[in-house]
Amino acid sequence: MIPVLFYVAAAIAVGAAILAMTRSNAAHALIFLIVSLLGIAVLFFLLGAPFAAALQVVVYAGAIMVLFVFVIMMLNLGGNSQEKEHDLLSFEYWLVPGVMAGILLGELVIAINQTTNPLVSDPVLPKAVALSLFGPYMLGVELASMLLLAGLVGAYHLGRDFLVRNRERSS
Amino acid sequence: MDELRVISMIFILIGGAVGGAAVMTWFERRMLGVWQDRLGPNRLGPFGIFQVAADMLKLLGKHDWVPPFADRPVFIFAPTAIVIAMMLGFAVVPFAPDLVIIDMNIGLLFFLGMTSLAVYSVLLGGLASKNKYALMGGLRSAAQMVSYEVFMGLSLMGVVMLTGSFSLPAIVEAQRDWWFIVTQPLGLFVFLVAGLAESHRLPFDLPEAEHELTAGFHTEYGGMKFAMFMLGEYLGLMLISCMITTLFLGGWLGPFLPPLVWFFLKTAVVILFFILLRAAIPRPRYDQLMSLGWKVMLPITLINLMLTGAIALWQAEATL
Repeated sequence: MIPVLFYVAAAIAVGAAILAMTRSNAAHALIFLIVSLLGIAVLFFLLGAPFAAALQVVVYAGAIMVLFVFVIMMLNLGGNSQEKEHDLLSFEYWLVPGVMAGILLGELVIAINQTTNPLVSDPVLPKAVALSLFGPYMLGVELASMLLLAGLVGAYHLGRDFLVRNRERSS
Repeated sequence: MDELRVISMIFILIGGAVGGAAVMTWFERRMLGVWQDRLGPNRLGPFGIFQVAADMLKLLGKHDWVPPFADRPVFIFAPTAIVIAMMLGFAVVPFAPDLVIIDMNIGLLFFLGMTSLAVYSVLLGGLASKNKYALMGGLRSAAQMVSYEVFMGLSLMGVVMLTGSFSLPAIVEAQRDWWFIVTQPLGLFVFLVAGLAESHRLPFDLPEAEHELTAGFHTEYGGMKFAMFMLGEYLGLMLISCMITTLFLGGWLGPFLPPLVWFFLKTAVVILFFILLRAAIPRPRYDQLMSLGWKVMLPITLINLMLTGAIALWQAEATL
């Protein structure tokens, strides 16, 4: 049963990802990307990582993609950009990236063939994830939080500059 | 046999939730009438309850129109997203000791994930309408939901810390001595406000804001598509109330009465409180809403988290 569910979810994830790349309408592409991320969440769940699956839905599908849609709305892209996007999909643009991605895919297939039975029967519980994050991978967590803090400070600086400039203009 | 039980529960739940949402439209208007010293819909049937059927017939009879300038597939998909997500959210709610569709060890995270997916309904509805008011409504809701989601999740971490699990039945069982409303009052307060903002109901209905944005994200919607948005909103309200009951008010726990009755009584009280808030509080300005979120709610949540963690550690030390 689980292999069938796995292949269905995987097919949906891959299909949605391909559609996300080939849509010229930015909003449609984003919707397919969200579907692809949800498919990956199902894969995580089936592979015995329910916590990663839940975080995939909450963080990627639920928060980061919302911000992407937010940007699309802010830019309010019309038909003009859609045509431009259409031109960007021509053969010469995707040939080289396509070949490189193909090589990587081949390597991945070889690597996967060498591991035995990736499906695990007992799921990794949230507690185990937390213990490994704040145990052996403590440094990684701290570095990631530093990176996020840098982003936060940068955004604050840019936003503040904008506010100050506006005030000068109005006074 | 077990599958049959779960499947029948799913169907009962879907029927009950949709029926409950329909009755709630009437109930809410009557209660608003009581609190605002007027009558509300009281003509059709006893206490006006058949108003629900009349409204439903009217919505079904309306022309199901898609504006020619709209992004047709997205426009049609948008209202379904919120209903599907909210319905899925009910799957982890424990109504009574054995009455839960799925008891996952990530139940609480599943609920958070579903509420965050429900946002797409409003966003895509606003985007696909190709209308400036709808777009403004969608933009507002995107910012509002993303910010309030942050501390909606964080406010529940105190409960998780005290329980030691994300499983909702385990959280209810952990409240045998003290309900979490006693030990986590700040968590409850923040979750209540964030839940209100997530279901974009009246004090926080900035995405619709009648007198600024005509009707916000659903300006272009009519008939059954509009009804789907409303259904999703009421389902969201019920889901949030069920979660408050489960997480802070002891779920099914209570003396004398059977567990299911206790659960529904508590949920009804929470829903009533939400309706009272709608009647009592005016809508804030948009920047007030955002600064309330980031400057008041987030610090409260972090303080709550720190205190809870400190006390939990201290107690663990004491028992050693």
